[in-house]
Amino acid sequence: MPADASAEASHSLNSNLKASKEELLKYYRDMLLIRRFEEKAGQLYGMGHIGGFCHLYIGQEAVVVGVEAVKRKGDQVITGYRDHGHMLACGMDPKGVMAELTGREGGYSKGKGGSMHMFSKEEEFYGGHGIVGAQVPLGVGLAFANRYREEKKVSFTYFGDGASNQGQIFEAMNMAQLWKLPAVFVIENNQYAMGTSVTRSHSETHLYRRGASFGIPGVEVDGMDVLAVREAARDAVEHARSGEGPFILEMKTYRYRGHSMSDPAKYRSREEVDEVRAHNDPIKRCEQRIIDADFADATALKTIDKEIKEIVLKSADFAMKSPEPALAELYTDVVI
Amino acid sequence: MARMTMIEAIRDAMDVVMSVNENVVVFGEDVGYFGGVFRCTQSLQEKHGKHRCFDAPINESGIVGTAIGMAVNGLRPCVEIQFADYMYPAYDQISQEASRIRYRSNGEFTVPMTVRMPTGGGIFGGQTHSQSPEALFTHICGIKTVVPSNPYDAKGLLIAAIEDDDPVIFLEPKRLYNGPFDGHHDRPIIPWSKHPLGETPDGHYTVPLGKAVIRRVGQDVTVLAYGTMVHVAEAATEETGVDAEIIDLRTLAPLDLDTIEESVRKTGRCVVVHEATRTSGYGAELSAIVQENCFYALEAPVTRVTGWDTPYPHAQEWAYFPGPARVGAALKRVMEAS
Ligand SMILES: Cc1ncc(C[n+]2csc(CCOP(=O)(O)OP(=O)(O)O)c2C)c(N)n1
Ligand SMILES: [Mg+2]
Repeated sequence: MPADASAEASHSLNSNLKASKEELLKYYRDMLLIRRFEEKAGQLYGMGHIGGFCHLYIGQEAVVVGVEAVKRKGDQVITGYRDHGHMLACGMDPKGVMAELTGREGGYSKGKGGSMHMFSKEEEFYGGHGIVGAQVPLGVGLAFANRYREEKKVSFTYFGDGASNQGQIFEAMNMAQLWKLPAVFVIENNQYAMGTSVTRSHSETHLYRRGASFGIPGVEVDGMDVLAVREAARDAVEHARSGEGPFILEMKTYRYRGHSMSDPAKYRSREEVDEVRAHNDPIKRCEQRIIDADFADATALKTIDKEIKEIVLKSADFAMKSPEPALAELYTDVVI
Repeated sequence: MARMTMIEAIRDAMDVVMSVNENVVVFGEDVGYFGGVFRCTQSLQEKHGKHRCFDAPINESGIVGTAIGMAVNGLRPCVEIQFADYMYPAYDQISQEASRIRYRSNGEFTVPMTVRMPTGGGIFGGQTHSQSPEALFTHICGIKTVVPSNPYDAKGLLIAAIEDDDPVIFLEPKRLYNGPFDGHHDRPIIPWSKHPLGETPDGHYTVPLGKAVIRRVGQDVTVLAYGTMVHVAEAATEETGVDAEIIDLRTLAPLDLDTIEESVRKTGRCVVVHEATRTSGYGAELSAIVQENCFYALEAPVTRVTGWDTPYPHAQEWAYFPGPARVGAALKRVMEAS
């Protein structure tokens, strides 16, 4: 693939991209789980059951689900603070994630980490990091360890458009290419970093070119189409796994909700958000593919939605019933 | 004269200096167009122009580093780090460049830069949005460290900081932005509009750097506090009935040793309070200074009340926060010691 192969993000479905019935239905289900989970988290927040920072992934579901489709068991994932979708996609238990949001003992970090700070060794999920950009060198380190042990594993490092300006990202990219590490950088370009748009903060707005001066190939991807994501990720991971070094995927995507839970959203218009929701929604687009291919009808999709809602309700119920961590818990896992 | 929140007072300070000194520029993440995540720079871009109040990319090291360059070349930058927890990439620039340039250049160059950062917890921010890193700054020689506890001081200190010829770290306790939070998280907060220290004069005035103030005159024990803990100490004093003299340090470096010494010599007891973790916290320095300077006047060991030596947890935030109950217990303990 040429280093500069940029594909125009388009709302129409690329009919060259194909997937089996099982695959498409799985992607649909996985994206819907994230959407419904996040909607529930938003509700619980509104009711005061979740406090502090909580960044919802609604609108970006196709990115993580499409990448997950090419991940092999043992590959690692690391991301920033908009992390619930990544955890669910890697197979972490919705109950444990929701209970972390409510700050309860049953949460992945026993309630001490909160929305932005969770991990799972079992699912090779290396966090949830609240400091913008901090996870990126760590992702390169994960890749180094894979190569050191001569394992054919790849690390996937996610970060945002805003994060792509942090100095340490450039340091990490240079090292990754210098040492030809099996690292895939997934830039989730949802066009805003809090209240600041890409055009107000980036001298070069094509973020797939972030690695150009290091010779790292990159492509722009329609991040609202799960199959487009999957295809691009397949190429990237092949490149990385075969020892060619890192690869950058710039996912053009969009976040529907505010940055966090308190966001006056004065930096963009309602119409802009409504336009994406109506015409470029990743779940609707997947649904369209399913219907077009006659893989399922509306009733079958409704049944899936019902099942998903049930899972989410159970996670919320668990998250409300799990007790607060004991006070003594504050002092565990602190090295003094 | 107007009643202001601490946010408005901080904004007003920048507005005032920008109006009288064209060398002052204000920038940081979401600071220009958006007006800051806590709204501290709202409308400054409209009023003073995009060339004087503007957005920076998310790169704290770049923000502070370029501000230092601007400062040595004749400007007076006042930059915002969105939360103090995000300052670490900039710490290199603060500790190695900003603080050293005067010394290195034989005083030929100085760095008139102010770095504002919201600090402290109590807003459910968890481990990456609640830190109190003041001791990391006071440990560096060559910079000044300021922590206001109310709108009046915030405005006057910030104007003084921006007009100062040396680098100033200006820590804003975010839990105080809207009112004098005293640690009683289960009660509604009194807004600054109902508090005398919300009274903020119009226009230009300064509160001198390096001068503490006595918030409450008392005879029995001296409490050394700053930021949010000033209000917590006031609540604890009221609730225990201990006649404490509460000193609001306002500037941690340079420290107003005279005010501290005079008070401790009078009371013979001293409690040091801060929200930051205990070990190597600023309280350790205060405690050592009191011991070195007032040893023969002391009737009880100098006592510290601080955050625990753990990261700020997401759950059990109020068990971490050193509220009035913990401060009150220390006051009583110190009074009982003899
Ligand atoms: C070092 C650091 N600086 C600033 C912040 C505050 N902050 C949190 S998220 C964010 C915007 C990041 O935007 P982007 O990378 O595009 O990710 P998105 O929120 O869009 O997913 C900022 C400025 C932080 N958490 N860490
Ligand atoms: Mg973004």
